[in-house]
Amino acid sequence: MSTLQITDLHASVVTDAGETAILKGVDLTVESGRTQAVMGPNGSGKSTLAYVIAGHPKYTVTQGSIVLDGEDVLDMSVDERARAGLFLAMQYPVEVPGVSVSNFLRTSATSIRGEAPKLRTWIAEMKEAMAGLQMDSTFAERNVNEGFSGGEKKRHEILQMSLLKPKIAILDETDSGLDVDALRVVSDGVNQFREDSGAGVLLITHYTRILRYITPDVVNVFAGGRIVETGGPKLAEVLEADGYERFADLSTA
Amino acid sequence: MSTVQAPPSDLAPRILSNDPGDHGTPHGREEEWRFTPVAKLSDFFESGQRGLVTAVESEFVTMTPAERNSSTVEKAAHWVASDLPSALVRTHASSVVSVAIPAERKVDEIVVVDLAGSEGLNYGRIEICAGAFSKATIVLRLDMTTDVSGIVVTDVADQADLTVLALYDGPRTSRHVWQWGTTVGRDASFLGLAIALGGSIIRLRQNVRYAGPGGSAELLGAFLASDEQFQEFRIFVDHSEPHCVSNVVFKGALSGAHAHTVWIGDVVVRREAVGIETYELNRNLLLNDGPRADSVPNLELETGDVVSAGHASATGRFDDEQLFYLQSRGISEELARQLVVRGFFVEVLDKVKDADLRRDVIRRIEERIGMDAIEQQLTGVDA
Repeated sequence: MSTLQITDLHASVVTDAGETAILKGVDLTVESGRTQAVMGPNGSGKSTLAYVIAGHPKYTVTQGSIVLDGEDVLDMSVDERARAGLFLAMQYPVEVPGVSVSNFLRTSATSIRGEAPKLRTWIAEMKEAMAGLQMDSTFAERNVNEGFSGGEKKRHEILQMSLLKPKIAILDETDSGLDVDALRVVSDGVNQFREDSGAGVLLITHYTRILRYITPDVVNVFAGGRIVETGGPKLAEVLEADGYERFADLSTA
Repeated sequence: MSTVQAPPSDLAPRILSNDPGDHGTPHGREEEWRFTPVAKLSDFFESGQRGLVTAVESEFVTMTPAERNSSTVEKAAHWVASDLPSALVRTHASSVVSVAIPAERKVDEIVVVDLAGSEGLNYGRIEICAGAFSKATIVLRLDMTTDVSGIVVTDVADQADLTVLALYDGPRTSRHVWQWGTTVGRDASFLGLAIALGGSIIRLRQNVRYAGPGGSAELLGAFLASDEQFQEFRIFVDHSEPHCVSNVVFKGALSGAHAHTVWIGDVVVRREAVGIETYELNRNLLLNDGPRADSVPNLELETGDVVSAGHASATGRFDDEQLFYLQSRGISEELARQLVVRGFFVEVLDKVKDADLRRDVIRRIEERIGMDAIEQQLTGVDA
């Protein structure tokens, strides 16, 4: 049983124009076995929330706390957070030229698990995970994210998640850039992961369509750098019908 | 020795002569020497008492006193010294290291040539000849504990397939100035790979010409410069024959405040060189702030009737987004950096066909960037 507790989180980004506050007091709890959806309009700061949890150096936390099972996440480096059990499926996964998927996955698994997986069982494990996401076995020999289609990038993210088995997974706009078929495959992968691992999931999305495949326990509306409304799965349907307009005022607050 | 007037091209060497007196002493203002720390190489421009680079003789390797050397390789390769250091070596080296692969001979094992000098500045005069229809891979292991001014004259005869890998690996103290001159015969293939890791100064000039149509030359380089190291690579490919190919790929990783690398890629495509393909690429990865990488590709086309001709050059900072991505998967910052640097060199190292040789080169690069961690981590548990 794991709990990620975010309390009064404020974060800003420093650009040439100066420091800009993006997160303005986020309170959110993600627990094992539960899926929290965070929905919001463009520019509301919901992707920043994902990056701040993962520890991207671009953002500075100015106030508040993030705690995973009693441990101060803000005190950890990016890789320490991953080893503590956090995982971020990125909206824009980064190309790493010359590094094969298979080498990358094994290096990550070794880092997370603290020892190198035995080669034979590892290959079987990887093959099974790839088959579940309808990925061709030649995929493992390609360079990380290099020349991947949008769908391949997202499948690759979910593949990593299922192999690294985090306690808490953050999915940042995993549905963006996916056609209906790819969305179904990726969603099935996420559901399988939830079922197998019992992990907590923070699902960040702009659109409601992914929520038709991955049912959340709680839906949070994110606007102006914080959560402005919380409800059950029905809230997503309201947002689908009405859009984010009624939260527009809060975005500029 | 009479002075041969070089053909008119802005990129071709101006003076071709084996007589040191025909070459002026470089001062650093000349185009050819403007990046080189000539003040630190003054002894390379003077004659005097010098040591000799020697090699152990073997089936394919012989040492011949210079006065008994018939210069057949030089003649076949149409090689003439194009600067003062190479003319001095040509004139004063007392012995020649010859690597000769007989015609129609396919040599399966790698021909390793250990080139050793004595204390101080040494002259190294190397001749490589790959006979017609032969196939071989030669590894030149340079002794980086002493200073060397050297020439490597290579003749790749018709339809021969020759790979020459030069390993500049060792202490970061010695100075190495080398000139390679390679002639590629009709339908022949030459792959020249320079791995530059050691030395305080490495200056490598590589000139390639073709002796007939259908020849292919690949010039590759992987270099790592850190601390006070200076490394310069000057390429000149002279396309004067039709339907030939040249492919130049040099990749460098730089770290430390004072590392400096230079890559100059000159390619001339003459009027008669129709249907050729040429491409040259230099990429430099700056691992931190401070190092300087100069990169100048030059392409001179005298005919538009080519299959393809292009060049690319880019020098970039280490990508922090790659670091974040790898770290977010639990990989430590140190390991992540090493993965990215190793990945950076893959394009060059994949060209080394022999698996053992490729592993050896990768191991040397990894040792230089402290890569041992990855291998131990990945292989430690496997039975």
